[in-house]
Amino acid sequence: MSNITLIIYCGLITFLTRFSMIALLKKEMFNDRIREVLSYVPSAIFPAIIFPAIFLDNNGSILIEDNPKILAAIIATGVGVFTKNILATIFSGLASYWAIIFI
Amino acid sequence: MSNRSKNFFKGIKDTSPLMIPVVPFGIIFGVLAIDLGLTPLTTIAMSVIIFGGASQIIFLQLFSAGASSLVILSSVGAVNSRHLLYGTVLSEHLSDLNLTWKIIVSYFLVDQAFAVSNEHFKKNKKDKDKYFHLIGGGLNCWTIWQITTVIGIYLGSIIPEKLGLTFAIPLTFLALLVNDFRKFINVIVILVSGTIATLGYQIIPFKAYVIVAASVSLLVAFNLTKFRKKNNE
Repeated sequence: MSNITLIIYCGLITFLTRFSMIALLKKEMFNDRIREVLSYVPSAIFPAIIFPAIFLDNNGSILIEDNPKILAAIIATGVGVFTKNILATIFSGLASYWAIIFI
Repeated sequence: MSNRSKNFFKGIKDTSPLMIPVVPFGIIFGVLAIDLGLTPLTTIAMSVIIFGGASQIIFLQLFSAGASSLVILSSVGAVNSRHLLYGTVLSEHLSDLNLTWKIIVSYFLVDQAFAVSNEHFKKNKKDKDKYFHLIGGGLNCWTIWQITTVIGIYLGSIIPEKLGLTFAIPLTFLALLVNDFRKFINVIVILVSGTIATLGYQIIPFKAYVIVAASVSLLVAFNLTKFRKKNNE
């Protein structure tokens, strides 16, 4: 599959997830239970991207010692819990990462 | 001003504060896409065709890890499943629209527009032009997203690799979870998903670790909420 074909398919699936419920749904189809579980989708998916990007090295092996990303991510999480601010979380993480690798 | 324009501009105004974090997100996407070897045109095509920050970044992440098309596609689908929830919530307000408007509204149904338009719809149930609020908000996001993608593409050729900007990917997703850090069940779900993905990265075939981790941890969420309900009864 060429890159652009793959992008078009990804665009299509993104569109369909946005469109399907608006187009098809009769109100009763999703009960409160399913709605509640769906609200956990971000907490279920995003860590699967976050954790490997922090704890694995370029070869995919687990790297705990001498890994500046771990401390930077902990600081960012702390700032996130404290401020609930998206920008502050991103920039505190980047700033502490740079501070650790460059100083 | 017509009622439609009023709704439209209210949508732009309401989404504007939420655009602040979209700016670095879009720039980071553009920078990373160029870093990973995509052409500027392909990068712009992604922002126009997919128009979803999380989807586009996970695409890049898996693409650079050498995942197959099927895995990339299903992971994008998994990241997008939250839109099913948005559609579910909004459908009662949009059920009277014809198909063309439903298609247009759906294209613009991004997180930020959903957040503000959902509130607007609840307060203006009887206004038949209220969906223009979502179109205004969505178009606002769209414009910011395309502009910042282009800025990122430009910066991507300048910013040195040594800065380790790929670390911005996990940080961006971490930032999207800030509201969940204080909720007990969410924290458990986060830890389960992250642990499975990290340990399974090498073992789970086809780089399907995102989907496996997400499915298992959603199952955990399902059981924990059931358990909580039982205890409350």
